[in-house]
Amino acid sequence: MTTDPRPLRPGRPKPWNDPRVRSVVFQILAIAGVAWIGYSLFQNTVNNMESRGITTGFGFLNETAGFGIIMSLIPYDETMSYGRTFLVGLANTLLVSGLGILLATIVGFIVGIARLSSNWLVAKVALGYIEIFRNIPLLLQIFFWYFAVLGALPGPRQAVNVGDIAFMSNRGIVLPKPIFEPGAWVMGAGLLVALAITVVLAVWARRRQAATGRIFPVLPISLVLIPGLPLLGYLLMGGPVSWDIPALGGFNFRGGITAIPELGALLLALTLYTASFIAEIVRSGIVSVSSGQTEAALALGLPARRVLRLVVIPQALRVIIPPLTSQYLNLTKNSSLAVAIGYPDLVNVFMGTTLNQTGQAVEIVAITMAVYLTISLAISLLMNLYNRAVALKER
Amino acid sequence: MATHQASPDLPPPPTQRGLLRWLRENLFSTWYNSLLTVAIGYWLITTFVPLINWAFIQAVFTGSGADACNPDGACWVFVEQRLGFFIYGFYPAEMRWRPNVVFALFALSVVPQFLPLPAQVRKWLAIFGITGLPVAAYVLISGGYFGLESVPTSRWGGLMLTLILAYVGILAALPIGILLALGRRSEMPVIRGICVVFIEFWRAVPLITILFMASVMLPLFLPDGVTFDKLLRALVGITLFQSAYMAEVVRGGLQAIPRGQYEAAEALGLGYWRRMRLIILPQALKIVIPGIANTVISLFKDTTLVLIIGLFDLLGAVKSTLSDPAWNNVMAEGYLFVAFCFWVFCFGMSRYSHRLEKQLETGHGN
Repeated sequence: MTTDPRPLRPGRPKPWNDPRVRSVVFQILAIAGVAWIGYSLFQNTVNNMESRGITTGFGFLNETAGFGIIMSLIPYDETMSYGRTFLVGLANTLLVSGLGILLATIVGFIVGIARLSSNWLVAKVALGYIEIFRNIPLLLQIFFWYFAVLGALPGPRQAVNVGDIAFMSNRGIVLPKPIFEPGAWVMGAGLLVALAITVVLAVWARRRQAATGRIFPVLPISLVLIPGLPLLGYLLMGGPVSWDIPALGGFNFRGGITAIPELGALLLALTLYTASFIAEIVRSGIVSVSSGQTEAALALGLPARRVLRLVVIPQALRVIIPPLTSQYLNLTKNSSLAVAIGYPDLVNVFMGTTLNQTGQAVEIVAITMAVYLTISLAISLLMNLYNRAVALKER
Repeated sequence: MATHQASPDLPPPPTQRGLLRWLRENLFSTWYNSLLTVAIGYWLITTFVPLINWAFIQAVFTGSGADACNPDGACWVFVEQRLGFFIYGFYPAEMRWRPNVVFALFALSVVPQFLPLPAQVRKWLAIFGITGLPVAAYVLISGGYFGLESVPTSRWGGLMLTLILAYVGILAALPIGILLALGRRSEMPVIRGICVVFIEFWRAVPLITILFMASVMLPLFLPDGVTFDKLLRALVGITLFQSAYMAEVVRGGLQAIPRGQYEAAEALGLGYWRRMRLIILPQALKIVIPGIANTVISLFKDTTLVLIIGLFDLLGAVKSTLSDPAWNNVMAEGYLFVAFCFWVFCFGMSRYSHRLEKQLETGHGN
């Protein structure tokens, strides 16, 4: 009998062939590499800043800024600090992003649905809009609206006059400004009461429908209540609101609310550009709902409007929400292109003027990036929560 | 006996055939569709008839200067006169043959991809486009070798610069993106963590802040005496930014590959890299062609941002000409010209990606 010289089990592989050993070695190498890069960047930065005499720290935020900003949502003047300029820029960024997200969503949904219209002309116009606006750089669109369209509007003296109360000129759009007088609180109270009644009504109607199957027309009633009660308050208190109507005085308009052309151009470009992407997202979402769903719902006898609202849109939303979130993030980040036309957003005011005046590049760039990181994470978080609420629940 | 004689079929009534039927079904099917058709038709006619009149019929295409222009029509003389600047920027006029050779080589490696040539030929031309072309382009455009006079990057500009930024950005971002995606899917926690942080950081900040950082802060990060060219700094920023987006696209493809494929590849005894190169990545990349095309198109559009840090790409070149007092009032023409250039490239790329998708369709999908 001969014994088999081979061992029954293979021995351990050579260390350089062992996946576990390799994995540990690679990870140690990766840590060492990152640490080395981080250390040398830090060391270089410290050396360079020393040799250029740049001080570090956030003390500069309390120094006087000394420059004006053409638009601010919070009180601001030149004597305030750099910290205040940061807040002004942040507020302007949030304003343009928020309005942009709202408008782009509305336009995008309308165009996306129009793209599926049975009307050939409507579908083709929507397609043309999408293909044109999607394939042209946003920066170019901002320049186009700002310089070629809004810049071509007449000066204040020849402003486009809308019924003697609103004016459009190359200095921006001027609208009447409401001034609330003592008694105006009744209107606010009316609005709150109307909202509360609507919520209570909606909850009650849903419960009644679940119990009895009868439908209560909540929407038409709330559409009467919500503008109705404040109006009633307005009439009861004898009209406690007056309007500050703009008038041409000297070389510009006095009074009213002015929307600067930079805001208008940026908002227009951001809205139209992002909406062309949202439209495609909406279309693909609606197409993804199988036609069997629509047919089944129609066979149950649901009217077409309710089929859309109760069957198609809820299922389409599952497909729409994740890419829609990225579009919201893109819009917020793209609002930083404001710097190209001088809208005073965070990048323009803080990373531009403040950085140039103080030279605190490291701190300012870090703060700015941290702000965008925070905004991005907050939007993703909110949209993920919403996504979880509409996601398919498989039981 | 009377025989039954079938009379020939009558044609359908006029509203059920031909143009009338099409109109009825597609434009006037319900009262609100008719209303929409009329409203949009009116809007299209009132907008586009004057626009076409302005852009083509009343427009002036050739001439010697701004005086040749017609106030009622577009002044394309402006584009004609400045075309050299829009394409080459400040590149010395007598050396423009060098970028021209590069353009020709670029066309030689790209155009055949759309022609019905043997796959082998297309493949080798594509490989040349990825490897040989960038080297040839660098040698020719930058100069300094083979007796070619050196041209500093500060003189590069126009469409040439736009294409350089986009091409180099894409070529560099794709492999880095694939590595990052593989890293994010890796089983090694440290490598995964590094990749996740890298990707999420670059995706969360606007490109402008990155370009600012590249132009203001990169010099601070580097050791004394090491200086980077402004163009190179912008390229580094753009590449890192886009590679994070590319990584997420590729990750989507990797996640879509069924587990069985990974296991089968392992069962064949292939090592990690061969497993990825031969089995997983070809399938994953095919799935994400639309995503890659979208990233490429957005990178191409994003190259315009370099004008904010003072590089003269196509948009920058046109914009700087618009401030020339000799050409007042050609604002719309200038921007429309740039828009048209970008539109042609971007639309072409999106059509090409559709084609590629169809070409590579193997029927294994569901």
